[in-house]
Amino acid sequence: MMLKDKMKIVSTTYIAKDTIEMVLENSNITEFAVPGQFLHIHVGTHTLRRPISIADCNKQLNQIKILFKVNGEGTNKLASYQQGEYLDVIGPLGNGFTMDGETNSTVLLIGGGIGVPPLYYLGKTLKEKGINIVSVLGFQQKDHVFYEQQFQELGETLIVTDNGSYGYKGFVTDVLDQINEFDCYYSCGPIPMLKALTTKLKGKNGYISLEERMGCGVGACFACVLPTMDGTSYKKICKDGPVFQAEEVTL
Amino acid sequence: MNLAIELPGLSLKNPIMPASGCFGFGREYGEFYNLSKLGAVIMKAATGSERFGNPTPRVAETASGMLNAIGLQNPGVHKIIETEVPFLSQFDTNIIANIAGSTLREYEEVAYAFNEADKVHALELNISCPNVKEGGIQFGTDPSMAARVTEAVKKVSHLPVYVKLSPNVTDIVSMAKAVESAGADGLSMINTITGMQIHVPSRKPLIANKTGGLSGPAIKPVAIRMIYEVSQQVNIPIIGMGGIQSAVDVLEFLLAGASAVAIGTANFQNPFICSDIIDELPSVIEKYGFHSVQEVIGKGIVS
Repeated sequence: MMLKDKMKIVSTTYIAKDTIEMVLENSNITEFAVPGQFLHIHVGTHTLRRPISIADCNKQLNQIKILFKVNGEGTNKLASYQQGEYLDVIGPLGNGFTMDGETNSTVLLIGGGIGVPPLYYLGKTLKEKGINIVSVLGFQQKDHVFYEQQFQELGETLIVTDNGSYGYKGFVTDVLDQINEFDCYYSCGPIPMLKALTTKLKGKNGYISLEERMGCGVGACFACVLPTMDGTSYKKICKDGPVFQAEEVTL
Repeated sequence: MNLAIELPGLSLKNPIMPASGCFGFGREYGEFYNLSKLGAVIMKAATGSERFGNPTPRVAETASGMLNAIGLQNPGVHKIIETEVPFLSQFDTNIIANIAGSTLREYEEVAYAFNEADKVHALELNISCPNVKEGGIQFGTDPSMAARVTEAVKKVSHLPVYVKLSPNVTDIVSMAKAVESAGADGLSMINTITGMQIHVPSRKPLIANKTGGLSGPAIKPVAIRMIYEVSQQVNIPIIGMGGIQSAVDVLEFLLAGASAVAIGTANFQNPFICSDIIDELPSVIEKYGFHSVQEVIGKGIVS
C-alpha cells in the first residue's frame, strides 16, 4: 500500500555530527509501515524525491522516525524544515525485512553509518517477538555515533569506529569474531561494507538493505536496478528491495 | 469543456499521456489512480529481445531537471505483448508502443510484432534515445537515416507511426520534414538533451554511462522552441513533451502547435501529475479564453 500524503514534522533534532532525527506524523502512512521500508520525500524545489529509510514507527502515536545525514543539497534542504511544517511524502515504499526468526533465536544486526537507522525499527520489532538481538554498529568516528543506547536496550551492542576514536577500531567485519552463534543476520550500510560482510558471512542466512540513486521510487523508471546473483535477471531496489536475501543479488 | 482530440489512430478523451520510459507499463502508477482517466499511455521502449540496460548510477539530479541513462532496459517486445499490453488494455485508454532497435532490421521486427497486438493503437518510433551505444540516436540525428527507418517501419506496420525526434540536432525542421516525407503519421518531440554531470568529490562522471539525457523543466524552453518551429513546417500532428509540470505548461505546448502532450519526469515528483493536470485543464483553458483543446492548438504562433 503506497500513499502520497503530507506528514507533519513533530520534532527535528541533531543527534550526531551532520545527523538529524526527524519525527513525522501521519496516520495513513504509519499504519502500513514495516521495518525496512522507506519514505520518498519531496524536498524544496528539487526534481527528485529523496528516499529515506524508516528508523522507527509508533502506530499508537501515528509517528515515524527518520534519520538522515546532511550530505548534499537535498538533505541540506530537508534539514532546514522546522517543527510544525509538513513534508510531501510517498510511502511506505519497498519491501521490508523478512522476519522469519523463531522465539529465542538470535539475530545479528550490522549497520554502517546512515545504514544503521532501518535496523533499529527491525531490532525493536524482533525483540517484541522474543528474539535475541546482538548489534554491531560502525561509524566514521566518535562524533558520528548515534543510537548506541537505543540498541543497547535491545541487546549486546558493539560500536566500531574507523579511527578507533570510540569503541573498537576498524570496520564492522573486524569484530565479528567476537560474536557468538547467531541464526540470521540483517545489514544495511555502504556497498563496500556489505560486500566485505556478505563475503565473510557466506553461507549464513542473511538479509541486506541497499540504497541507490532513485528516480520514481515506485518501480516504474528502472533507475535503481542491480543484477541478480545468477546474472540472468535484475531487481529494482525501490520495489523488489530495498531488502534482499544476501545471496540473491550481485553487489 | 471538450478536451477530446482526434489524431491518426488515436481518439483521445483528453490530450494528456505519460511519456515513454517514465511510467513503465503503467502497473505502478495504476496503484495511485485509474489509468482509464488518461488520454493514452506511451509504454516504455520495446526492443527485439530483452535488454538489461546500463550500469548504475543511472540518474542524477540537475537544476530544474535530471539526467538519466537507463539504456532501454525492457523485457523484449514479445514479453511486452504477452504480459504488459493485456494489463494496459483493461483500461479505457489508448496504448502507444514505443519501439527501439540497434539495427534497421530490429526496428522492423519490433514494429511487425505489434501488428499482432490488437490493443495497441499507435507506434512511437524511438530514433532518439541518447543512452545506447549503437542504434537509437544515430538514426535520429541524420535526416536520411531517420527517413529510412521511418519508411521501413511504415512498410511493415499496420499502425500509425509517430516519430520521436531528438533535440540533439542543429536543424530540427529538416529532421521533421524528412520523416514526414518518409510517411510518418505524426511527430513526438522532444526526447532528452544529451548532458553530463561530474561528481566533484570523486572527480568522475556521476552517471555510469558518463552521459545521460536531460529532462524536466530545464528543457521546456527548448521543446517549445522546436515545436513552434516544426509545427509551422509540417502537416502532421505533434505530441509535445519536455518538462511539463502543470496545466498551464500544457496550454503553452498547445499554443506552440502541439496537438497533445506527454508528461515524463514530473511523474517522479508527483505520481498523480497526469491525473491532476487532467482535472485542472478545463479551468485553465477557460481562464485563457478558449473553449476546447482543439481551439488552442497553434494559437501562439505569430506570423
